[in-house]
Amino acid sequence: MAKLNMVKALNLALRQEMERDPDVLVIGEDVGVDGGVFRVTEDLHRAFGSRRVIDSPLAEAAIVGTSVGMALYGLKPVCEIQFSGFAFQCFHQFENHAARYRMRSQGRFHIPLVVRMPYGGGVRALEHHSESEEQFYAHIPGLKMVIPSGPRNARALLVSAIRDPDPVIFFEGKALYHAEREEVPDEPETLPIGGAHVAREGRDITLITYGAMLRIVHEAAEILARDDHVEAEVIDLLTISPLDRETLVGSVTKTGRAVIVHEAPRSFGAGAEIAASIMDGAFLSLEAPIRRVTAYDVPFVGFARERANVPDTARVVAAARETLSF
Amino acid sequence: MPRTRLEPRFHVEYLSILDSDGNVDTALEPDLSTEELKRLYRAMLLGRRLDERMVRLQRQGRIGTFAPIKGQEASQLGTVSCLRPSDWMVPSFRETAAMIWRGWPIEKLLLLFAGYLEGGQPAPDQHDLPITIPVATQIPHAVGLAYAAQYRGDDAVVMTFFGDGATSEGDFHEAMNFAGVWHVPIVFVCQNNQWAISVPLKKQTHSRTIAEKALAYGLPGLQVDGNDILAVCAAGREAVARARAGEGPTLIECVTYRLGVHTTADDPTKYRSAEEVAEWERKDPLTRFGTYLQKRNLLDEGLEAQVDAEIAEAIKRFEATPPADPLTMFDHVYGDLPPHLRAQRDEMAARLRAGGADGAETRPASPPMRGQRTTAR
Repeated sequence: MAKLNMVKALNLALRQEMERDPDVLVIGEDVGVDGGVFRVTEDLHRAFGSRRVIDSPLAEAAIVGTSVGMALYGLKPVCEIQFSGFAFQCFHQFENHAARYRMRSQGRFHIPLVVRMPYGGGVRALEHHSESEEQFYAHIPGLKMVIPSGPRNARALLVSAIRDPDPVIFFEGKALYHAEREEVPDEPETLPIGGAHVAREGRDITLITYGAMLRIVHEAAEILARDDHVEAEVIDLLTISPLDRETLVGSVTKTGRAVIVHEAPRSFGAGAEIAASIMDGAFLSLEAPIRRVTAYDVPFVGFARERANVPDTARVVAAARETLSF
Repeated sequence: MPRTRLEPRFHVEYLSILDSDGNVDTALEPDLSTEELKRLYRAMLLGRRLDERMVRLQRQGRIGTFAPIKGQEASQLGTVSCLRPSDWMVPSFRETAAMIWRGWPIEKLLLLFAGYLEGGQPAPDQHDLPITIPVATQIPHAVGLAYAAQYRGDDAVVMTFFGDGATSEGDFHEAMNFAGVWHVPIVFVCQNNQWAISVPLKKQTHSRTIAEKALAYGLPGLQVDGNDILAVCAAGREAVARARAGEGPTLIECVTYRLGVHTTADDPTKYRSAEEVAEWERKDPLTRFGTYLQKRNLLDEGLEAQVDAEIAEAIKRFEATPPADPLTMFDHVYGDLPPHLRAQRDEMAARLRAGGADGAETRPASPPMRGQRTTAR
């Protein structure tokens, strides 16, 4: 057991899976000698060599495209896309191929592929380095979309993703990389993909979020408890797709109220699917309309205006209060 | 810091062995046994006859849209015949003759073009990918397969097919570049059939040849007369041998011509002249090879009838396929069925039961595609 930040926890997952299974290899831009621009693959090159930790040419589509080929052969490539904003250059390989090979070949092939990408804001970065694009992947049947919220679950989910027989898009919140250190067990542990985590129990309102937004949602729950004597239940989705509807519906059936928080723009975002799932499963328990606290429906606004756009604790508290007093 | 002249020694070869009249350059003739020559001719003939038959099946509404291969038989078979079964073949969507050579049953291909994904399922021991439709996107898969083969230390070569239009795509460039850097055992086969639907080669690239594009990636590129089965075979053997010997990738450009439509929804009279087509018909790879074999007295009597009977039998088997069971659409989304898909499957099952039907697709209910008759059969 050691206290690790998310970077070190992810590195541990990669190292142990590579030790366990010679078919696991890492590919991406600067992942080898440099250890990745966020150092997630640090020292793997030294441990496993350049044939297993591949410093690829600078081309997202071929990183994913060749990885699809490796996966077809039976290897388990773990790709790193340097920033999620660059993944549109390989998006066709996800949508047209990684997600479909099992269906197209009627089960003859499957694609055990993991694609890691740093996502999200809060790091005062340029355009394409701060966005949150999970909805695009969550919409594609055949893909799984995972977003951890801390070092320990990041490590466990990455291990699960590598062992999963299907393609997993794995988003790592840049704001989380060095945000906290957490006890991470030495022995590999896994978390089921498709399972949400009740991060805080409560009976008055359900706050639903994932990834880097979990921190502000926890803060909002604290304020609501202290100032309003409201017990908020906080659900950390961990997997966006397939969505754990059972946990969501169970919680809202109990609380009757729901607020969804995400960094991505609102319209057609993950919040819309979450809200529809709650309507399907807990309509008669609802005491108020489901609220969404999200970024606005605008393209990248520059980090000088980012704080006005991305949800913060105050916006979550305000939305919860409106929902509670409806 | 002078401005100096780099003088890289690049060259692109062009290879032709058998001319349109069946005359052969014996110095270049590949060492093919009588058996091999006969087998290749039969495969070319089968590819041609099946292609013609499939166009009629499509016009009758018995299969859907597909991409005919007429004119490109030598390009496909000359190259693919150089592979071992343990090698990998990565097609685009116009490789019917090559796929049959690789063991795809005819009825399976017909099934695929009749809308059944079952037709695209390679056999468990078959080292072939299903067809890929988005242009050039399969080329990086082939490079990944080759990397994996090399990584595992397997003695396998990968061959991938694409058209002249594909060479304009980023995936072509990226895949060639990765293959060069990684030095993997792969053969890139470009079937340059002169037309990407309505766009001629001269609007596709300003390069004099497609083969020379290989040079930019540090790879050899060879242009061959793609309607000359002997030349294509010689080039394919050379490239496969290089790959197997660890000498890296090769790009082969087969200069050929799509004698038919792009797909059965296409009308080529809109963009190319009858004279041009007639000129290429004189270079037909099938008649050329036939003339050569006739001169060597290697043409078997009754081969055409034999091939037609094989096709007819396969069509019978295809048409005896039971209707598609809609519920199986949930079987191959993920390894395990997640709860929301289980719910959707149950919902469909209940709907089908309530409808009193087995939910089987009936024959085309949608409006016919261009060129298709409005009545089935």
